[in-house]
Amino acid sequence: MTSGELTPGIGDDAIPLSERGPAPKRVVVGFGFWLFLLSDIVIFAGLFATYAVLSDAVAGGPSGPTLFDRSRVFTETLCLLVSSVTCGFGLLAIQQRNATRAYVWMFATFVLGALFLKQEIAEFSAMVALGAGPTRSAFLSAFYTLVGTHGIHVTAGLAWLLGMIAQLLTLGFQPMVQRRFFCFALFWHALDIVWIGVFTIVYLGAH
Amino acid sequence: MSENLLPQGAGPGADAQRHGNHGSYVIGFGAALLLTIASFGAASTHLVYGPSVPILLGVLAIAQMGVHVVFFFHISSAPDQTNNFMSLAFGIFVVGLIVFGSLIIMGNLNHMMPSMEKIIDMQR
Repeated sequence: MTSGELTPGIGDDAIPLSERGPAPKRVVVGFGFWLFLLSDIVIFAGLFATYAVLSDAVAGGPSGPTLFDRSRVFTETLCLLVSSVTCGFGLLAIQQRNATRAYVWMFATFVLGALFLKQEIAEFSAMVALGAGPTRSAFLSAFYTLVGTHGIHVTAGLAWLLGMIAQLLTLGFQPMVQRRFFCFALFWHALDIVWIGVFTIVYLGAH
Repeated sequence: MSENLLPQGAGPGADAQRHGNHGSYVIGFGAALLLTIASFGAASTHLVYGPSVPILLGVLAIAQMGVHVVFFFHISSAPDQTNNFMSLAFGIFVVGLIVFGSLIIMGNLNHMMPSMEKIIDMQR
C-alpha cells in the first residue's frame, strides 16, 4: 500500500484521537484475535524450549533420527502449506461473496488439514507400536507434548472449519460470518507458522 | 464513511481485505515452498558443510516465518498497522526470552551439576 492511498485522518493530527469514535468491529475483532494468536505462540515457545532442553535425554531409548521419517514430514509440510493458501483463497471468496468458490476452497482446506492429521496419527501410532511412547524417555515426552499440542490445534481448526461451513450454509454472507472466517484464516496461518518451527527443530534438527 | 477510512488503524490482514487479490498468496506460497525445499535439502543431503547446517536451517525457518507473516497475515509496518506490528514485536520478544532464557539457564545448571560420583561422595 502506497502512501498515496492513505486516507486523510490516518496519522493526521487534525482530529484528536478522543474524537475519532470507536474502531469498526472488524478491526477490534481482528486485533483481539491477533493478540490471542500471539499468546498462543508464547505457549508453543514454552514447549519448544522444553523440547530443546530435553531432546538429548533419550534414557537409553530410541533417538530422533531412528524414529523420524523425513519424507512423511515433507508431505505433512506440503499439506499444511497448500491448505494455508486454499484458506487464503477461501477468505477472499467469502469477502467477495462468491459462494461456489468459498465452499470449494473451504472443502480443499478441510481435506488437506485432515490429510495432515491422518499422517501425524499414523506416525504416532507407528512410534508407540515400536515401544517409543511418551513414557519411554524425557525426549519422547517432550516430543509428544510439542507435536501433539500442534496436532490438537489442527483438530480444533478442522472442527472450527466445519462450523464455518455450516454457518455459511445457514446464515450466508453475514458480517459476523465473514469476521469469524477471517479469524479462522488467521488461526490456520498461525498453525502453519508453528509447524515451520516444528519441522525445523524437531525433525530436521534431530542429530 | 467508506471502508477505507480507518482512523484508529487497521486489523491484521487489512491490506488483503482492501485489495482482495490472489497474487500475494501465490507469491507467498512460491517463496515458502522454495524455502521448505531448501530446508529439507540442506538437512538431508551433504551439499552444505555439516557444522553450518543448523545455522542455515535457523535462517531458512526465520525467513519462511517472515514470508508467512507478510504474504499470509499481511502484517506490515504501514502507518495504520502500528498496533499489529508493535504487538508482533512484543510477541517475538517474549518468545525469544522464553526460548533462549530457558536454554541458557538449563545449560548453566547442567554445567554446574556435579557428577554422580561426587554427589555420592558428598553424602558420606
